[in-house]
Amino acid sequence: MSDQLFKTVAPLLEVDNLSVEFQTMEGVVRAVTGLSYAVKAGETIAILGESGSGKSVSAEAVLGIIDAPAGRITSGTIRFNGQELLRMSPKERSRINGEHVAMIFQDALAALNPSQTVGDQIGEMFRLHRGMGRREAFMRAIELMDKVRIPAAAQRVHAYPHEFSGGMRQRVMIASAIALDPEVLIADEPTTALDVTVQAQIMELLGELQSEGNMGLVLISHDLGVVADVADRVLVMYAGRAVEQGTLREVYRTPAHPYTAGLINSIPRLDRPSHRLQPIEGTPPSPHTTIAGCPFHPRCPWRIKICTEALPAMEQIGAHGPDRASACHRKNEVLLHV
Amino acid sequence: MSETHADAEPLLAVNGLTKHFTQRGGLFGEQKLVRAVDGLSFDLHEGETLGLVGESGCGKSTLARTLMCLTPATGGSVRYRGAEILTFDSRQMRNLRRDIQVVFQDPYSSLSPRMSVRQIIFEPWEVHPGIVPKQDRERRLKELLEQVGLPAESSGRYPHEFSGGQRQRIGIARALAMNPRVIICDEPVSALDVSVQAQVINLLEDIQKTTGVAYLFIAHDLSVVRHLSDRVAVMYLGKIVEIGPAEEIFSNPTHPYTTALLSAVQSPDPDADRSGRVILYGDVPSPVNPPSGCRFRTRCWMAQSICATQEPVLGPHPDTAGLSACHFAGVKDDRNA
Repeated sequence: MSDQLFKTVAPLLEVDNLSVEFQTMEGVVRAVTGLSYAVKAGETIAILGESGSGKSVSAEAVLGIIDAPAGRITSGTIRFNGQELLRMSPKERSRINGEHVAMIFQDALAALNPSQTVGDQIGEMFRLHRGMGRREAFMRAIELMDKVRIPAAAQRVHAYPHEFSGGMRQRVMIASAIALDPEVLIADEPTTALDVTVQAQIMELLGELQSEGNMGLVLISHDLGVVADVADRVLVMYAGRAVEQGTLREVYRTPAHPYTAGLINSIPRLDRPSHRLQPIEGTPPSPHTTIAGCPFHPRCPWRIKICTEALPAMEQIGAHGPDRASACHRKNEVLLHV
Repeated sequence: MSETHADAEPLLAVNGLTKHFTQRGGLFGEQKLVRAVDGLSFDLHEGETLGLVGESGCGKSTLARTLMCLTPATGGSVRYRGAEILTFDSRQMRNLRRDIQVVFQDPYSSLSPRMSVRQIIFEPWEVHPGIVPKQDRERRLKELLEQVGLPAESSGRYPHEFSGGQRQRIGIARALAMNPRVIICDEPVSALDVSVQAQVINLLEDIQKTTGVAYLFIAHDLSVVRHLSDRVAVMYLGKIVEIGPAEEIFSNPTHPYTTALLSAVQSPDPDADRSGRVILYGDVPSPVNPPSGCRFRTRCWMAQSICATQEPVLGPHPDTAGLSACHFAGVKDDRNA
């Protein structure tokens, strides 16, 4: 889908200035700070980040499944089709979840109920949200299992999650997520636990389902390859904050944040001659520590005095509109350098 | 690389190695045979890196454990500098452990939480006092920490005080403390964050450059394997299906499984051509009851009737320097044309 088309369509899901905190034994952890993004119908936005960057917590906030009372949303709004989710009653919220916004997880075995047949679990969506009887719901479950290409669906509908392989379990979870034709699908590391050949199958399936249903897809991943495969736009997170965003090509070809550039330079590539990798120095910060200035400055090769003192704001770059932005004091130099 | 290897005696020569497990299961407790490693043969030469790739269940980790004699082999032979190690007694085995070391995927579970870095490094020297004389140990500890990029003052700290990448450095330092000739690396970077992975990859390269140690590098990430390896072996269901020089395997695979594995790797290039991708269907079959003939045939788009009846031998093919176990090795099908 072209960028022009997106501009004319109102976003389905809008996250604005979202902050999430967790109360832990060692104090308050700011998991997400001031995160904003939006996704439109048919569009895929990838949230790229490493462990502890806050990418999964930001998705859990959208679904309202943050571990309470330890975790709480301290600021921000989350709107679906213009409706504010954070002010809804639990009943209204659960109608949005599943019906309009659905999520799939990395670990299907943990997400599925081990003591229920997969048919019951997929069918549950129809029983709860559509008031169908058990038999009718089972029939719909078989249709969905066919749709996500689980072979011999009519027999396997009676099987339990542990009887499926990792890839097939992922399909079961996808089937139950898309049961009610949600407008937005959030996929949190959907292929990370899978073998490469199975990864390719699942990403192909997700791509097909998305274009068929014109869904907005939020893909959460640490894998630059998986993101490059499907994303229209990319948002890079570091230490709970967005540090860069833009179209896939803008972010990958002309990164405007040293962290993004560092990630791209640090991965070995199959499509290029082998050369010495250029790692990012140091390690991602512990969520318990607060870093003055830019959270990336201790690892940044571009660091100057201001970086240790002032937090850079996420600001527009050039004339590409507010969707192309970077949170770096030296973003224009970084951009020109690469 | 491989030309110079032709005459030299390999450091490690693996021949027809098998590891079968018996699994009791089912209602009547019948025994099933799991053919985790099923007749593997390969050489590892002084100073080289042999990459071993395959998906989960292909037997690559069982191979690592069998080579370390952590689990007894059920057949075949492994010779280290010409000596058969599968029949070593415990004294010989202790000496062998000096020369062959291992670095695991999860450094946290392989490092004792109650031992400081100093104790972790010193422990093997207590078992093998000959490696470093007592008066040199402090100096050697400092040297090792510097070599793996850990600050000297970290020697008094405990594993939980370090990040994942630093813990992997401790694991590497412990392996190096024995001055090994071979390090078996079992998924050493797959648990690390992308930004830290590259640091450890570079470290492994530097260590090989300065010490001349040989790596058997086991991983599922093909990009990492290609980056580090001189030669590569591809495993499927307990067998090697293709082995050869890394550049050749990655640019011109002759086994359809290798082709599919490479094709499944998602390129980080936003403009990569994704149209010619080969996507395999189905999952890896169970090693309890592998398919007859060629084990890959149930997922292979090139399979013919011969593939079900006759097991292809790992052998040479006209246009390649490597070996391939496919009846149609190197035959281009329409999809790749």
